[in-house]
Amino acid sequence: MNPHSFLFQAMIYLAAAVIMVPLAKKTGLGSVLGYLLAGVLIGPFVLGFIGHEGEDLLHFAEFGVVMMLFIIGLELEPELLWKLRKPIIGLGGLQVLISSLLLAGTGWFFGMNWQSAIALGMILSLSSTAIILQTLTEKGLMKSAAGQSAFSVLLFQDIAVIPMLAILPLLATYAPVVSTGEAPVSTWVSVLPGWGHTLVTLGSVVSIIVGGRYIVKPIFRMVAATRLREVFTATALLLIVGIAVLMTQVGLSPALGTFLAGVVLANSEYRHELESDIEPFKGLLLGLFFLAVGASINFTLILQHPAMIIGLVVMLMIIKGLVLFLLGKIFKLAIGQNMIFAFALSQVGEFAFVLFSFASKEGVLPQDTVDTMVAVVAISMVLTPLLIMLNEKIFLPKLGTKETAEEKEPDAIDESNPVIIAGFGHFGSTIGRFLRAHDVHMTILELDSDRVELLRKMGFKVYYGDPSRYDLLHAAGAGKAKLIIIAIDDPGKRLEMIETIKKHFPDLRMLVRSSNRIDAYDQMNAGMLHVYRESLDTALRLGVDAMKFLGYRAYSAHRSARTFFKLDEYNLKKLASIREEEQYINAARELIEELEDTIKADRQNMNFSDDAGWDEEGLIKDATQGNLHPAKKT
Amino acid sequence: MAKILILFAHPALEKSRVHKRLIRPVKQLENVSLHDLYQVYPEMDIDIAYEQKLLLQHDIIIMQHPFYWYSAPAIIKQWQDLVLEHGWAYGSGGTALTDKKIMNAISCGGSKEVYNREGRNRYTITELLVPFEQTAHLCHLQYLPPFVVHGTHKLKDPDIELYAVQYEEMLIGLANDRITAAEWQQVSYMNDLNLIPKILQS
Repeated sequence: MNPHSFLFQAMIYLAAAVIMVPLAKKTGLGSVLGYLLAGVLIGPFVLGFIGHEGEDLLHFAEFGVVMMLFIIGLELEPELLWKLRKPIIGLGGLQVLISSLLLAGTGWFFGMNWQSAIALGMILSLSSTAIILQTLTEKGLMKSAAGQSAFSVLLFQDIAVIPMLAILPLLATYAPVVSTGEAPVSTWVSVLPGWGHTLVTLGSVVSIIVGGRYIVKPIFRMVAATRLREVFTATALLLIVGIAVLMTQVGLSPALGTFLAGVVLANSEYRHELESDIEPFKGLLLGLFFLAVGASINFTLILQHPAMIIGLVVMLMIIKGLVLFLLGKIFKLAIGQNMIFAFALSQVGEFAFVLFSFASKEGVLPQDTVDTMVAVVAISMVLTPLLIMLNEKIFLPKLGTKETAEEKEPDAIDESNPVIIAGFGHFGSTIGRFLRAHDVHMTILELDSDRVELLRKMGFKVYYGDPSRYDLLHAAGAGKAKLIIIAIDDPGKRLEMIETIKKHFPDLRMLVRSSNRIDAYDQMNAGMLHVYRESLDTALRLGVDAMKFLGYRAYSAHRSARTFFKLDEYNLKKLASIREEEQYINAARELIEELEDTIKADRQNMNFSDDAGWDEEGLIKDATQGNLHPAKKT
Repeated sequence: MAKILILFAHPALEKSRVHKRLIRPVKQLENVSLHDLYQVYPEMDIDIAYEQKLLLQHDIIIMQHPFYWYSAPAIIKQWQDLVLEHGWAYGSGGTALTDKKIMNAISCGGSKEVYNREGRNRYTITELLVPFEQTAHLCHLQYLPPFVVHGTHKLKDPDIELYAVQYEEMLIGLANDRITAAEWQQVSYMNDLNLIPKILQS
């Protein structure tokens, strides 16, 4: 079989990913590192399955980043973006400016001419959107202060690429590399004068916003009406590819364009469908991108000058990291969050590959510098997930123990609390406040380091980390506590916690939050007795109010809701036992079937006893029939 | 042998001295079930079918509660309203409880002296309990005299101990059919019966 055939290559990539990624995930390295390692493994320097076409692959796979930004845009509503304007411009702008200057200064110090030094500084100031967002999302840190700040900076960097592309040719000091057989890229705007260029650029941005609002939505509505799922997917892909082409033609970043389109569509009713349609493509392309980065690391070059390359990587990451840490401090990030922020953004991003090849073509940077720097950038990317993990496992816990040691009250020594709450988000914090109002002592397990710091300041006993880990539970006193309240957001994590506790602390009583019925079934099948569906009580309270507005008496509505609640819990238990034998088909289908079963059970069992004790019918009958019993209510 | 059901109602048991002590030995007593209404129905949503089943399983029902406003805490009233259904407990076909016995076991702040014509409360306990007695009558139940703990605010711990022993002896006596109708018909409080101390019973 021709080893260069498309199918063979696809097989190699997929096999490498399928083997390495779960392995990396299992050992706690995270998926990004798994892809990168898989890339190194199949690359020209280890197994040699793929040769230098890895670099072409890189350009192709960069489209994963474009899709990722579209999805991020979908999750970001315009108001949120407006709220982030300060960190985007302030934090992001300062990061790019200061890092560029410092890195350029370093280049100049090492004997580069100032033009090349500035070009290098600008390119190296960028960070990797793909690696950072993937890693932070995987760790559930996107919503934290560190995640939001990182996102703001990355967004600014994406925008900053555009002026950089414009400035780079002005810094040329070498003869441009004339590529044979490759026609100069011609765009629609290259023939226009400066003002025309600006007009076209502005016009495209406006057309994305207006088009997204008034053209794309009706098109999606039409396509959705055909009920052909693959056509909907095709339309979604067409939208993204189309925008990418348009943006490239007018000289803007495709990532920025699709991001904008995502934001415009964030409020549309197709948001979730778009997200779930694009998600697998994005995931695979990003994976491919990481694979390609891994495969394109030039080990020959590294082996020739190992000290220089490693020195460059270390210097680069220290400079970038310090700048970030300092800015984080100025922008009032708490120490734990600031560490995550600085470590996460300290590498150089995928745009560097594009800009480097552009810079060498335009004669801004000599080819040997570019080769070396590409290796440096790739290594810095590989190191990032490792650094984030190191920070999480070594530095952050230290930070935690140090603070507890300072704040520990004398009487709290070795006193273990009767209650442990895992997760102090909106659900857990309500429980916590309620218990605290009754002076119940509790220990909190929390994954958000910002929240950890706040809670410690308030005098809570808080442990930072993954609550499904045995050592953390042990340290939090799970062996002595009476109850543990599992209130974390992630249903999968909750099940993991249940398993760990069942295994190591069988006497600890668990009270578990569950998102919905399906989740509750899983927990019941895991042996949980105390399962609390988070929306049930609230939904019923609303139902009671609805009945009141319809003219029902408040007390009747309330009693009805109680009956409904009890029967629903009863049905839940009954259906949970039937369900064990069922085959899981797919999530959407399952939900529909579930709803059907529930409604059927409501009809069968919900015979609302109409409180006959308050019923006058029998009494009236007795009275009219001349029955002489003195009745209590007559 | 008779099976006793204590319908217990105290909305703030953690603050109680008398009732907390009275119910302490109950769990160990044979043939006596304690049914803590506020604990089972914190939202007063009484399960009617379950309550009726419980009643059928027992021979003597004791409503144990503080004597709030010359009556019982609200959940006892809610229980009566809902459980004693027309056609089940009274009215045509309402004979489910026929010949069972029922009584109140109450605590009140005032002494026995203030519960009479000349006293502050103007009526005797027996008179004030008439609604319970009449409810029993309508439901074909025999109404026994109440067990009463008087002057709870001034009671010292040893006094409470004495009442608790008395209560326990009464429960054992009732469960073992040692208290005859002729005996209880002669007293106004169950406390007045010469309850035989436990040591002498065997």
